[in-house]
Amino acid sequence: MIELQSIHKRYRSGEGEVRALDGVSLSLEKGEFVALHGPSGCGKSTLLLLLGGLLSPDEGSVSFDGEDPYSLKPDARARFRAERIGFVFQQFHLIPYLDVLDNVLVGELAATDSNGNGTPDGHRDRAKELLDAFQLGHRLHHVPSKLSIGEQQRVALARAFLRSPQLILADEPTGNLDSENAAIILEHLGNFAAGEDGSVLMVTHDDRARAAARRSVEMRNGKLV
Amino acid sequence: MTVSRLIFREIGHRKVNFLLSILGAAVAVGVVLVVIATLRSYDRQTEALITEMEAKTEAEMNQLEDEIRKSMKGLGFNIFIFPEGQELSEVYAEGFASRTMPEEYVTRLAESPIVTINHLLPSLTKKLEWPEQKRTVVLIGVRGEVPFSHRDPKKPLIDPVERGTLVFGYELHRSLGLEKGDAVTFLGKDFTVSDTYPARGSKDDITIWMNLGECQDLLDLQGQINAIQALECNCATVDRIGEIRAELGEILPDTQIIETQSTALARAEARNQAAATAKAQIEQQRAERARMRTERQKLAGWLLPVVGIASMAWIGLLAFLNVRERLPEIGILRAIGVKGGTILGAFLGRAALAGFAGGLVGMLIAMVLQGFLQSESGLLHSGEWLVAVIAAPVLACLAAWLPSLAASQRDPAEVLRHD
Repeated sequence: MIELQSIHKRYRSGEGEVRALDGVSLSLEKGEFVALHGPSGCGKSTLLLLLGGLLSPDEGSVSFDGEDPYSLKPDARARFRAERIGFVFQQFHLIPYLDVLDNVLVGELAATDSNGNGTPDGHRDRAKELLDAFQLGHRLHHVPSKLSIGEQQRVALARAFLRSPQLILADEPTGNLDSENAAIILEHLGNFAAGEDGSVLMVTHDDRARAAARRSVEMRNGKLV
Repeated sequence: MTVSRLIFREIGHRKVNFLLSILGAAVAVGVVLVVIATLRSYDRQTEALITEMEAKTEAEMNQLEDEIRKSMKGLGFNIFIFPEGQELSEVYAEGFASRTMPEEYVTRLAESPIVTINHLLPSLTKKLEWPEQKRTVVLIGVRGEVPFSHRDPKKPLIDPVERGTLVFGYELHRSLGLEKGDAVTFLGKDFTVSDTYPARGSKDDITIWMNLGECQDLLDLQGQINAIQALECNCATVDRIGEIRAELGEILPDTQIIETQSTALARAEARNQAAATAKAQIEQQRAERARMRTERQKLAGWLLPVVGIASMAWIGLLAFLNVRERLPEIGILRAIGVKGGTILGAFLGRAALAGFAGGLVGMLIAMVLQGFLQSESGLLHSGEWLVAVIAAPVLACLAAWLPSLAASQRDPAEVLRHD
């Protein structure tokens, strides 16, 4: 179980202090697909980055099955992210000069430097399986600029799924997609939560996305309501 | 997926940035190598020029020396060693010394390590009345040249006079109608004319040359001579006679020396002067070349650091631009767990590759320029090529260090939050 307890996060800006998260507590069970919605600037993305081990809280605790990623040293926390968290962004963040297969496997750079080995053969096979499943088997060696928007998001999804993480954090994954592609992405996220015992927390403004999630949580002014 | 694959793919994607980085490294390496090659070429040219000048001077000096030697030989002996106490005014008036010294002196000289004179000729000279002919003659007893024991034998300037023979000066043999092979009585003793000399316009024309031993017997001066004639060597010194006196004084302290034949000496002086001038010219040329080299070295002294710093700044700027362009990529890589060290390695690896490739290109430029400009090979040593190949990637990494470090330490949350 993933659990946030009384999380506070503040930013300093030119206009003074901004309370991005103000006492947020949230639990995600295994296999749960949760949609997080709320107005812009309410703290959704901050919560996502904090759960992703990228932004330490000012107060409160984060627990992944009892393990606090922020108690780890930076390299160990990086490995923690590599092994237990998958990210999907609205802008996809694919690496423009790598082909589809390499973009999915790019996370193995973390594995490479932790073990001193290259990409295990199993990961390469799994990457191909995932891309086949996402109907991208014929696009393995195409660079992102040659793909459609929907295809690019599916590549990003395959990259997040590759190492079967404990948690998928998706920030507006359907924000740039048409309804058909959005449906495909939501279906895959749902399948991941259901089939691989992984949790999904999806930030969205999209009603269809909220409807696809098992649970929907609203956030306002840094608080869950 | 490996870091090297990431690096090569990125280079293929952003070729211009990478090529410009190569250019920066190539310019630095090329300039360094060309400057080194140019300085070394200049040194070689200097060496060749000086060697040529020295060889030319030596040839000219050898030729002059040979001419002087011939000239001196033609003019005869020009050093006269007389017994100590001999009035030189008498020598200049009469043409010979009245005092005598032991003949053994010449042996002592010949066996000494003396270097300032050649061709030793002991003689006993006396002006006397030839009673059989009732005329005044100069009698010179000679035994031929005494060879130096420590030198290779030289062809004598004067041949010895055999016992029982006489050699006549021009005026004597002409007026008496003497010819080679004629019998003649001198001081009551019979001799054969072994040679007659042509006119010399000097006292030689009334001189009779006789074997030294016979002369000593006739004059009752056994074992005595009154002069040792010699030919001075062409010693390269301003105070030639002083040098000879110093050397002779060590060997024959109770003698004195005079020097004659000023024409030959003038030539020798001229030769020595020419040698000194040529040497000075060589030194001047050497100094001028050294000055020019120092100026070039000074130029290289500021040019190389400027080029080096400019190249590093250029590579650093390109690395900074590369990092800035790749911020989203860095953010996602850090987010998915790639360590900062791996990212640092990716950027430094790229810089090292650019440096290495730039080093090779710079070497190529240096080779081509060396071939075109200097028309000579081997100006650069293998170690210098090797240092260029090693130093270029190291310096490129140093130049890219700060942007790469900044990239590796970039906060992914910051990047992703603002994206």
